[in-house]
Amino acid sequence: MKNFDMRTAATALMVAGLLLLPLYSQLSGNVFALTLFTRIVILALAAASLNLIMGYGGMMSFGHAAYLGIGGYAVGILAQEGLGSGFIQFPVALAASALYALVIGALSLRTRGVYFIMITLAFAQMAYYVASSLARYGGDDGLTIYKRSDFGGLINLSNRTQFYYLCLAGLLGVVFLIWRIVNSRFGVVVQGLRSNEQRMQAIGFPANRYKLVCFVISGTLCGLAGALLANNTDFISPAVMYWTRSGDLMVMVILGGMGTLFGPVVGAVVYLVLEELLSQVTEYWALIMGPLLLLIVLFGRGGIMGLLGRFSRG
Amino acid sequence: MLLVIEQFLNGLQFGLLLFLLAAGLTLVFGIMDFVNLAHGSLYMMGAYFAATFVAWTGNFLLGAILALGATLLLGIVLEFVALRHLYGRDHLDHVLATFGLILFFNEAVRLIWGPAGLALPLPAWLTVPVAILPGIYYPAYRLAIIVVALMVALLLYVGVMRTRVGMLIRAGASNREMIGALGINIKLLYTMVFGLGAALAGLAGLMQAPILTVQIGMGENILILAFVIIVIGGIGSIRGAFLAAIFVGIIDTMGRAFLPNLLRQVLSSTAASTAAPALSSMLIYLLMAIVLVLRPEGLFPANRR
Amino acid sequence: MVDPLLRVKDLVRRFGGITATDRVSLDVAQGELHAIIGPNGAGKTTLISQLTGHLTPHSGSIFLAGKDITHLAAWRRSALGLARSFQITSLLTDFTAADNVALAAQAHDGHSFSFWRNARKESGLRRAAQAALERVGLDHRADVLVSRLSHGEQRELELAVALATRPQLLLLDEPMAGLGITESARMVKLLQELRKEVTIVLVEHDMDAVFALADRISVLVYGRVIASDVPVAIRQNEEVKRAYLGDQHVVTAHG
Repeated sequence: MKNFDMRTAATALMVAGLLLLPLYSQLSGNVFALTLFTRIVILALAAASLNLIMGYGGMMSFGHAAYLGIGGYAVGILAQEGLGSGFIQFPVALAASALYALVIGALSLRTRGVYFIMITLAFAQMAYYVASSLARYGGDDGLTIYKRSDFGGLINLSNRTQFYYLCLAGLLGVVFLIWRIVNSRFGVVVQGLRSNEQRMQAIGFPANRYKLVCFVISGTLCGLAGALLANNTDFISPAVMYWTRSGDLMVMVILGGMGTLFGPVVGAVVYLVLEELLSQVTEYWALIMGPLLLLIVLFGRGGIMGLLGRFSRG
Repeated sequence: MLLVIEQFLNGLQFGLLLFLLAAGLTLVFGIMDFVNLAHGSLYMMGAYFAATFVAWTGNFLLGAILALGATLLLGIVLEFVALRHLYGRDHLDHVLATFGLILFFNEAVRLIWGPAGLALPLPAWLTVPVAILPGIYYPAYRLAIIVVALMVALLLYVGVMRTRVGMLIRAGASNREMIGALGINIKLLYTMVFGLGAALAGLAGLMQAPILTVQIGMGENILILAFVIIVIGGIGSIRGAFLAAIFVGIIDTMGRAFLPNLLRQVLSSTAASTAAPALSSMLIYLLMAIVLVLRPEGLFPANRR
Repeated sequence: MVDPLLRVKDLVRRFGGITATDRVSLDVAQGELHAIIGPNGAGKTTLISQLTGHLTPHSGSIFLAGKDITHLAAWRRSALGLARSFQITSLLTDFTAADNVALAAQAHDGHSFSFWRNARKESGLRRAAQAALERVGLDHRADVLVSRLSHGEQRELELAVALATRPQLLLLDEPMAGLGITESARMVKLLQELRKEVTIVLVEHDMDAVFALADRISVLVYGRVIASDVPVAIRQNEEVKRAYLGDQHVVTAHG
């Protein structure tokens, strides 16, 4: 009997590719690939954090991009005010994201289903508008970050390769963390809540408490992505939180395969590479992307990981 | 005082526009259990069609009617070709599919009309100020919006309260067997309801076009407000949507108009000018948050638990 | 005079114009097996849902071991020893049988805010799950996905899940629903054993089972309790016969 699992093979291949990318970039002189994939890795981290609440927790949040903004603005605002140390900026980014998640989560989890989707969307848009109104920090035009987060002698974020490996380490670390979490007591409760909330309440679990904690963890991890993103672009603007960006994240998670560990990573890579390739072909790539999404929803059950899984059984 | 009345009426008018949009959304959700994010795109198309047809025909009313018809047709075609295959699926699937449609529509508009946006000038007879009270004048067009929207709201009310279809909406029915048992052709009903929703969105879009905006992405901003209204107003309730929309429209408009001044009384000038815009934009969401805390099912939910 | 384990007083629940629960009162003594019967639409599941906390009554009260639980959240009632099985099988379908039961045990084994250790490797939980599965005779199917279990096995699993929470009161909503003759007989035998350990409130249509098991029976018709007595007395009650047992031959036929 073949023990060959297409999913594991594909995942291993992808991780290997990501690890070796800077080498390829150096050898071929293609710097653009490195910057592109840094962005991809960061957004994959964000998608992985969203997968925790969506794929495992069954909470369809349409406001996840807010954390990219919060994490990013934490870095940007502190940099503007003269606090350039990464040791201050990153913890603040995480704390701010956690706080926002706590408040928004507590409010949003009073609803279910499509209303939950609408409300998370509304709150994220609120964050967008608030950021747009911060004249001191650039408002609509955004805020330039003149110096990347300073980590002393530990690591130099201005060095593209070092920064890439930092982001990749962050991604792999987060995936590992999520792996431990979903199999822990907490994780099985959250998954149970996704499966049948009424049943879980009947056996004695206070549903909202567990969902809220899951929500906060997810938001905090995405805040990390936000802080990295701001460093990557040396710039932060409200556009990062615009609701279509939340949609992008959702698409990555679903495309890759909800509720699988590496699904969001695969989804992010495929989605962003596709976007990049299509935009080089035509200026109106969204004309193709839009209907493509529609088709994926209509026919692609379980995303890419699901597809690979079906090939394994065959 | 004059300013207060004017802003109040502006708020009322904005609220009524929001109601038209929210009503369309609730209708489709109530009957087909379908979440349509592209509803905002239909709103946008209504505006673009209006600007185009008015320019072609040179006649405002004719152009508006043509635009309404075009949006209705667009909605029907959309339902027939793509969206009807999604009924019965997970709401998440609806969200994603219609999200894809938004991208498509925004891009298509950019392709056809260019990125800059359009203008829709008003004919002279609609720009005259009308005396609503002795000494108090209000622009004729804005008054027209209020009147038209109220008439449509009335028609909807009669439709919901007096017809069989309306009964289904009130019962929150999205049950095919039940609908079939009432002797109604389901597919036709669904298409018609979707068309009606599209028409409402298009009407809202074309009516606001001369005074607000005709540009890419306009649908998304206002769609979120429609969501907020449905949440505040109450799940499955058109009456709730009406009241919430008026409420939200007035609070948002008057908040933006008067909050900066109010804040300046309380805070220092610099603090006020930083806080005011942020607070004004947050106002509606704060309202929604308060409602969620006190009454998670909305203020006028259709079913009391 | 010992307090009843479960006391329901004048419970009322309306749905629009319909009064689904019309001033229902009943007492269940400790160690008793109390059956609730009634024609379809009598409001049995509505009553159970109010007892478990999934539905809020409009008036009236519910006491568990003397404590007022009328407005207590469902999960808190579980902590107080109230367990339920569902009329329409309500299990975690993408988990295995053992996972389902272990989760129930986990709910009563301290908090679950533990993020690192693998829950499936916790021997205490796994042993408790195994024990509950053995009790209902499902231990050989422990690692099967719920979606792959037969209907009868799923009904038994529902029971195992409820047992794993170590309840003092078990509310069973039509545990025999959809079971064949052999499976029903097995379930009856199981309940005969369980009644020695835990107080049971049984909602059922299967009259043979009800009369074989019950210490006392309450009859629910249109949301009202029209009789609440020992089985012999219920059998002879004219009102009950008229309202319900007149169709006995239809009701007791196995599907």
